[in-house]
Amino acid sequence: MTILALATFVGIGSFAAGLLGSLTGLGGGIIVVPMLIYVFHVDFRYAVGASLVSIIATSSGAAAAYVREGYTNVRVGILLEVATTAGALVGGALTGIIDPSILKILFGLLMVFTIYRSLQPRAEHEILSTPDKWAARFRLDSTYPTPEGRQHYSVRNVPGGFVLMFFAGILSALLGIGSGIIKVLAMDQLMRLPFKVSTTTSNFMIGVTAAAGAGVLLHLGYIDPTLAFPVMLGVLAGALIGARVLTRANVKWLRQLFTLILVVSAARMLYDGITAVL
Amino acid sequence: MTQPDARWSDHAVEQIIGRLLQIGVLLAAAVVIVGAALLLVNHGGNPAAYGDFRGEPSELRTVAGIVRGAAALHAPAIVQLGLVLLIATPIARVGFTLVAFILQRDRTYVWITTLVMILLLFGLVFGRGAA
Repeated sequence: MTILALATFVGIGSFAAGLLGSLTGLGGGIIVVPMLIYVFHVDFRYAVGASLVSIIATSSGAAAAYVREGYTNVRVGILLEVATTAGALVGGALTGIIDPSILKILFGLLMVFTIYRSLQPRAEHEILSTPDKWAARFRLDSTYPTPEGRQHYSVRNVPGGFVLMFFAGILSALLGIGSGIIKVLAMDQLMRLPFKVSTTTSNFMIGVTAAAGAGVLLHLGYIDPTLAFPVMLGVLAGALIGARVLTRANVKWLRQLFTLILVVSAARMLYDGITAVL
Repeated sequence: MTQPDARWSDHAVEQIIGRLLQIGVLLAAAVVIVGAALLLVNHGGNPAAYGDFRGEPSELRTVAGIVRGAAALHAPAIVQLGLVLLIATPIARVGFTLVAFILQRDRTYVWITTLVMILLLFGLVFGRGAA
């Protein structure tokens, strides 16, 4: 295949991935990497580099809109970015050491976890109002917009969230993903932020985490301009259009399609990784 | 002691951050498009091979090398420059947040944001990760 043909097909595929990731709210990175590996036969490391760069674009593009709506908790984001960027630097250093087969197994397991989380009903937990020691120390409690006006919320389990964020950072650089699923888990389940605040703050942090990892991958030679440009432009265009049509789209069957892609990719990743290691 | 400047309220800061991110992404995308067009015109017919990992040449791995290549209108370096601008966008956002916390005289968060900034620049400038 020529560079022009590959760029065209990778661009179209990345556009679809960006659109699907944006419409389902599950992000594009987790399907961009398997697409590059299995549809276009790209080496795992080039796929991770291209995907991580595209994540910065979509995260920053989407965060621009969310931040202005007033959901994002900037203090929580910055504090936890200490953990995610440190994790991303560790993850970047580990990419050269860990065998890609092991990384495929890790990727497969994360996809299984993503499927599990996406099938669970999204119940909003009760909003806490009593401040926690660490949350008070770092003034993390804030307000968010609700139909009845801005409501106050408290944050808890800051150390637990911080540790989980460190691992989210490692996985982000190792696998070329935003690891939003783990970031939301840390904020929503452990720290008890309102769901909408968790997802928007997670998005806000993904760009910074990915930038830390991408800096390391650039130096390692994982970011190939010829492969990265159709991925970045495709995913970005898909995500931007996805955000526009979000209210009109039938999300249910799109989520089912996304889940199906994840199931197939996870099975393939786990099979490849495990057979290569054995 | 002086009062924190009201113009730098959390809400105002959020508005500016949102705009900053948008401009950064659009600028990066524009540079990537220019480089990509040049790359496809010059090398579009060449065979593509990414099945084996060889790693990028050293001049496409460092910020200094990329800037030199882009200045010489080397197409892959121009794309890479766009990608570096993209990586720089969240870093600029952290930098702006730092300025805002300084103006708000929020000492705790000035330190926290400085730490994030150091970690980010460490990745991009030295790129050795935590090793």
